Amino acid sequence: MTIADTQPQMQTAPQTAREIGDAWSRMVARRRLYTGLGLAILFIAFVSSVRFADESNAGHFFDRLPHLFDFLSWLIPKDWSDVYRALFDLPSPNGANGVGGEEFNFPLGRVYVWGNFYIPEYFELMIITINVALVSTIIGFVVALPLSFFAARNMSPSNPVRLVTKRIMEFLRAFPEIVIAGLFSAILSIGPIAAIIAVGLHTIGALGKLFYEVVENIDMKPDEGMKAVGASWTERVRFGALPQVMPNFMSYALLRLEINVRASTIIGAVGGGGIGEELKLSISRGFGAKTVALVLLLFITIVAVDQFSAWLRRRLVGEHAFFLQH
Amino acid sequence: MSVIDASRMQDIEARYPEILHRSFRQRFGALMIFIGVILYGFYAVWFFDLPKVITEAHWERVGIYLSEWVSYDVQPEFRISGDTISIKYPRFSPLGDNPHPDWVTNNPDGSLTVSVSGTSRAVTITKTQAILTAHGVTIPIDITGDVPKVIGSEPVPAWMTVYDDNILADMGFAGNVSISTDRVKIRKRFIGWANFVFDTHSPFFDKPASEVVSLIVSGPRLNPEESNLSLAFDNVWNNGAWQHGDVWTKLFQTIVMAFLGTLLGSVVGFPLAFLAARNITPNRLLNQVLKRFFDFLRSVDMLIWALFLTRAFGPGPLAGSGAIFLTETGTLGKLYSEGLENIDNKPREGVKSTGSSTILVHRYGIIPQIVPVIVSQTLYQWESNVRGATIIGAVGAGGIGLKLWEAMRTNANWENVAYMVLLILIVVFLFDAASNALRTRLMGTQNR
Repeated sequence: MTIADTQPQMQTAPQTAREIGDAWSRMVARRRLYTGLGLAILFIAFVSSVRFADESNAGHFFDRLPHLFDFLSWLIPKDWSDVYRALFDLPSPNGANGVGGEEFNFPLGRVYVWGNFYIPEYFELMIITINVALVSTIIGFVVALPLSFFAARNMSPSNPVRLVTKRIMEFLRAFPEIVIAGLFSAILSIGPIAAIIAVGLHTIGALGKLFYEVVENIDMKPDEGMKAVGASWTERVRFGALPQVMPNFMSYALLRLEINVRASTIIGAVGGGGIGEELKLSISRGFGAKTVALVLLLFITIVAVDQFSAWLRRRLVGEHAFFLQH
Repeated sequence: MSVIDASRMQDIEARYPEILHRSFRQRFGALMIFIGVILYGFYAVWFFDLPKVITEAHWERVGIYLSEWVSYDVQPEFRISGDTISIKYPRFSPLGDNPHPDWVTNNPDGSLTVSVSGTSRAVTITKTQAILTAHGVTIPIDITGDVPKVIGSEPVPAWMTVYDDNILADMGFAGNVSISTDRVKIRKRFIGWANFVFDTHSPFFDKPASEVVSLIVSGPRLNPEESNLSLAFDNVWNNGAWQHGDVWTKLFQTIVMAFLGTLLGSVVGFPLAFLAARNITPNRLLNQVLKRFFDFLRSVDMLIWALFLTRAFGPGPLAGSGAIFLTETGTLGKLYSEGLENIDNKPREGVKSTGSSTILVHRYGIIPQIVPVIVSQTLYQWESNVRGATIIGAVGAGGIGLKLWEAMRTNANWENVAYMVLLILIVVFLFDAASNALRTRLMGTQNR
């Protein structure tokens, strides 16, 4: 249903009140028909997708529904203070050191920095994950910044360049991250670098798109002024466009940082190292206290990063609604 | 040209102090950030031990993997025992069970010549020698002793490596030859995707396209049970090497997961957004509780939901849909409630002034304003979930992700990876285009 369809299509203008009324009710009827059809199609698609998903799933929905929380209850630690001990790698009485296996041998993961001073394992993994996110955001920002000026309709030096840049960005956005991570972990051996490259490349595409949309909406008067004094393209970008877009760019980069913290966790879970891998292992082995500790740490970190970046963004561009985008 | 004297300069300075005397932060802020980022860069290089990682990287694999994306190889083995040279092709060879490739020629004197790349790179195998021809030289290798020995030619050329009991000759992209005393192994590489349509077990295998078509259209039944068309389709769909059926089903699962998750998320998020919007529901506590709930759903993240739900429902698209549903409820709930908070209040007041009930006020005063936001956001999220769902697939939540991950982990099926990546890219681009078209049509000309 388009806006145009809902307008009464009148070959001859209705003359009497009756004709106007008829045209109106015809329009309403057509609108209702379209809405009804749309909803029916959506409903059919919904029902058939549910059936498809249910059939190709290992366990069926209604069979498994009563067991939804089985796993959760299995993960509930016997002793809640074990969560705290797992988080800080403290010895646990529930499995004397080395006796209770990996599940309760929390001090196993200590990373000694200086003498007896250590960083708990999960904090170190979290630091790695955050650094992965930070580095890949910086890489994405630094590369997407110049690219966005090539891709913007109003600033691009030439049309072919603009189209090629746009296609490159689309490609980088759409390319599955796990493939890049997999390829680079085969080349660079398993580790966070593969995750950085995967997330960074995706960030270039995603930020580039947001950036060039910002650039396309700038006020062109400063640019005209720069042109009038004979500025080169670089100078026009530097002095005409960049000061206008910088706050928005920073804001989008911060938004991206939030997303990338999550993305690097996920990439970690499929072999990029960091906290995601540990979380996946801990869940698959059924280590209750460790899992709860990890989820807690992840939750606190993500909320903290979100809040910090929201505060910084508010300072940069004021109360401005930005939409989350992958 | 007018000249500004000192008094006028001071006058201007006094009038616009904010331009000429900027604070330290204004003057050096950007520079400080720049320096900070550079310093952080150095820290990151140290933190991730970049120099070591780079030097220890197997860069030669880049070329190998990338060439494996678009090529396949055949690895025949020539066993020399006594007087006979027997050829053995590996099981599941892309050439089928009984190949007689034209690049292996039987010479009259009983020796075999295998062309690795035309006539310039070839190896001739006799009972006593393997004669390598490559890079413009011919090097015979004696294989009668305990270890293979290069005859003459000292030192051996750079493209040959002599190990304890075998000699490896690298022939570039075309493949390599490994020579030991009782066998010569050849890896010959071809551009293209072998057996992409029919695998070696299919009766249609290795037949030219015209013959396949004529068989399907008017040939005798190859299998009395079913027509040639359905046999051909079955052979393509269940192709052993490429698993078209499985790949396409998994791809469809990914799309369905994104669709179900986004739709359910929007259905649940929509009423909640009304309760979370502070201008519609005046209860501050309820607003805050719901907004934090949305934050919670989003920040626990798709990955954790996926891991949790795969435990509950078993691996498959149900778990993936559930994970997307939970995160999407958070995302869409937040976006909808922000949209609701930005609406114009006047239509609501107008509808209210006619004495309508709350439901009618919402229906006619609010919904028409919010529909464009809802539709465009939901479409956008669906599209980006199709992109994102490949990853959670890799942790077992159904869809093509797991298949992709498994193909990569074996380090052998890079051509299958390329095929799946290609399919994903096509789907993502189609969705991009479709959702853009739908958005612009629904919202008039506005294209976010």
